[in-house]
Amino acid sequence: MPRVSRAKAGFSVWAGVVFVFLYLPIAVMALFAFNKPSEAALVGFQGTDWCALPPDKIGNVSVWNGFTTCWFSAGLHDPSYVPAIITSAEIAALAAIIATCLGLCAALALARMKTKIRAPFDVLVYLTLVVPEIVVAVASLIFFVQLRNHVPFFPQLGFWTILIGQVVFNASLAMLVIRARFVGMGDTLEEAAYDLGSGPVSTFRQVTFPRLMPAIVASALLSFTFSFDDYVLPAFTNGTTNTWPIVLYSAVRFGITPAVNALATIMLALTAVAVIAVALVLRRSRSRTTSAPDAVGSSLGGMIGF
Amino acid sequence: MTLAPGDVAFDVEFRGITKRFGPLVAVNRVDLQVNKGEFLSLLGPSGCGKTTSLRMIAGFEQPDEGELLIGGTDAVGVPPYRRNVNTVFQSYALFPHMSVIDNVAYGLKQRGTGKAERIRLSGEALELVQLTGRQDHRPSMLSGGQQQRVALARALVMHPQVLLLDEPLGALDLKLRKEMQVELKRIQEQVGITFIYVTHDQEEALSMSDRVAVMSNGVIEQLDEPRVIYDNPRTSFVAEFIGDMNFLSGVVTEKVGGQFIVDAGGGVVIRGHGAASRGSSVRVGIRPERMTALPGSPEQQANSAKATVLSKMYLGDQIQISVSLANGQRIIVREQRASANPVLDVVYSGDEVLVSWDDKAPLLLEQTVPLQSSAEAEQYTPSEEAAVHASTEES
Repeated sequence: MPRVSRAKAGFSVWAGVVFVFLYLPIAVMALFAFNKPSEAALVGFQGTDWCALPPDKIGNVSVWNGFTTCWFSAGLHDPSYVPAIITSAEIAALAAIIATCLGLCAALALARMKTKIRAPFDVLVYLTLVVPEIVVAVASLIFFVQLRNHVPFFPQLGFWTILIGQVVFNASLAMLVIRARFVGMGDTLEEAAYDLGSGPVSTFRQVTFPRLMPAIVASALLSFTFSFDDYVLPAFTNGTTNTWPIVLYSAVRFGITPAVNALATIMLALTAVAVIAVALVLRRSRSRTTSAPDAVGSSLGGMIGF
Repeated sequence: MTLAPGDVAFDVEFRGITKRFGPLVAVNRVDLQVNKGEFLSLLGPSGCGKTTSLRMIAGFEQPDEGELLIGGTDAVGVPPYRRNVNTVFQSYALFPHMSVIDNVAYGLKQRGTGKAERIRLSGEALELVQLTGRQDHRPSMLSGGQQQRVALARALVMHPQVLLLDEPLGALDLKLRKEMQVELKRIQEQVGITFIYVTHDQEEALSMSDRVAVMSNGVIEQLDEPRVIYDNPRTSFVAEFIGDMNFLSGVVTEKVGGQFIVDAGGGVVIRGHGAASRGSSVRVGIRPERMTALPGSPEQQANSAKATVLSKMYLGDQIQISVSLANGQRIIVREQRASANPVLDVVYSGDEVLVSWDDKAPLLLEQTVPLQSSAEAEQYTPSEEAAVHASTEES
C-alpha cells in the first residue's frame, strides 16, 4: 500500500539522517588525519616532512589543504602519545578484568539477598554511579594522599591509584549489568542442575556461569571503554602518570595537530576489526548450533552502537 | 506388616509435615504415603500446597515440622543433589546452552558415568520418549512438545526412585496435552517408576493416576482412586472441584435404615443413601449427568421436582439444561443426546419440566446438628456429638 510504503520510506530516511549525524563527525575526524598543513604555513619550509612543523606553525588545518600520510608517523613517533595510549589501555584492561570479577561476585550475592539486607548495598552501588565524578575525584585524591601518610606500603599517586578509582566505578556498573541478567534468568535452571545431582560448584561452572557469559563480556567491554577514555578521575589521582585523555587535554593548550586524528583513526580501525572478528566468530558458532538469536550477539550489537 | 531391613512399603512418606512461608501455611500437617510404582497426582487449585509438597520431596524446600521419608530414610535437610529423585519442571528448565543429548546426559555426567555409556543411555531415554534424530539440536530449536520430551528423558535417564512432575503439560495446547497424557501413562507403566504428578487439571489427574490426592488450603481433602474421588467425594470442596455438582441444602426429615429423606423446601424432596440424623441440616450434591429432565409436570414425589427452564445449551454430544427449582435453587441437568428424550430438543426457556434422579445419585456432603435454642444447646452433650460423627464416618 502506498501509504505504508511512504511511511516506511520516511522512517528509512530519518534513520539514515540519524546515522549520518552519529558517524559523520567520526568520518571527518578520520579524513582530516590525512590533511596537509596550510599553504601559508609551508611557505619558506625547507624540510621534506611537513608534519615536523611545530603545532603552532601548521596554520589552519580545519580546512582541507591536501593529502598526506605523514601525521601517522608523526603520531606514532611522538614521545608522549603512544606511551600514554599504552598506559590507558593497561589500566582499562586491568580495570575491566578486576571490576567484572568484583561485579560478578556482588551480583550473585546481592541478587539472592533479602531485600532488607540488600537495600544498603544497593544504595552504595548506585551512589558510586550517580555522585558527580568530580566529587569522587576530589574525595579520592584526599583519601589516597591521606592513606599513604598512614599506610606506608600504599602506592603513590599514579598507575595504581588511577586503577583503583576505575575499578570502584566499573565494579558498580558491572554489578548492575550482570545482576540484571542473573535475575532475568530465574533460578529454575540452577534447580534443574541441583535436581540432576550437580552440587553448588559444578552447577555454577556448568550452568550459571555459561548463562551469564554475555553479561560478563558486555560489562568487561563497557568497563574497558569507560576507563579508557575517562579524564576527570585520572586527572586528579594520576601523580606523574599520564593517560591518553590527560595527554590529549594538555595538548589542546598547545594546539592539536592532525597526528591526534591519525592515532584516533588507528584506534578506531583496531576496534572495528576486533568487533567484526568477534561478531564473525559468534555468528559462526551460533549457526553451527542454533538458529535462534543469541543474547551474546545482541549485546555485542549494543556494544558496537555504544 | 513386618518389613525386612532395607525393604520399605512407601517410596515417599509425609508424617505431619508443615511448611510455612511467613504467615502463610502452605502445607498444614499433611500425612501422605506414596506406594512403590504408583502414579499419584496432587490435584488442587493454585495455592493449595501441591507444588510446595512436590518441592519438599525434590529438596528445594525444607519442611518446618514433621518427617519426610524417601525410600524409608529421613530426607529432611538432604540437599536436592543428594536425593534419588528427579523433577520434570513446569517450564522444562532445559539448559539452553547445551544440545539435546548433553541436556539428557547432564545428570549421568554429574554421577561420573563414562562418556560412551552416557551417550548410549541418553539415546535410549530419548527413544523411550520417542524423540530421536534431534540429539545435536539446541532446545530453542524444538517445539514445546519436543522440549517436554527432552525434559522427561533427562529425568528418566537417571532412573530415580521417584519422578516428580510439576504441571508438565500446562504449556502445551489441548491436543498435544491429550497425546502426552497417553504417552506419560505408557512410559510410567513401561519404566515402573513412581510418578508424583502435580496438576490443577482434574481431567489430567483423573485420567492418568492410580490415586489422586485432592488438596486445598494446605491439606489433603481426599486421597483415593479417581473413580472414588468422582463418585464419592467426601467433602464439599472435592465435590465442587471435581466435575460439576448441583448442591441442595435442607433438613433431614426422616431416617430409615441407611436411607435419609431431606426436605430442601419448595416441595423438593431428596431421598438418598447415607447416615444422617433426623433434624440436622445437610448439604446434598447431585451430579448433573445423574439427573434427567422430562417435559411436562407429572405429579411430584421424592427425587423428582418441578422446575422452570432457564437456558439450554448443546455441548456436541451432550445437552445441558439450566433450570430453576420451585425452591428457587438453580441446578444444571446434563444428558447424553444419544439417550436423552428427543422432546428436550423442543424445550425452551420458560417451559416447565420435571427433573428427576434415582436414589443413588444424592451425595451427603455436610451435616450440622442444629442448636435451635439455648435450652437445647445446654442439653446437647459431647457424647451426642461423638455419636453423630461416628455414624457419619461409618458411611
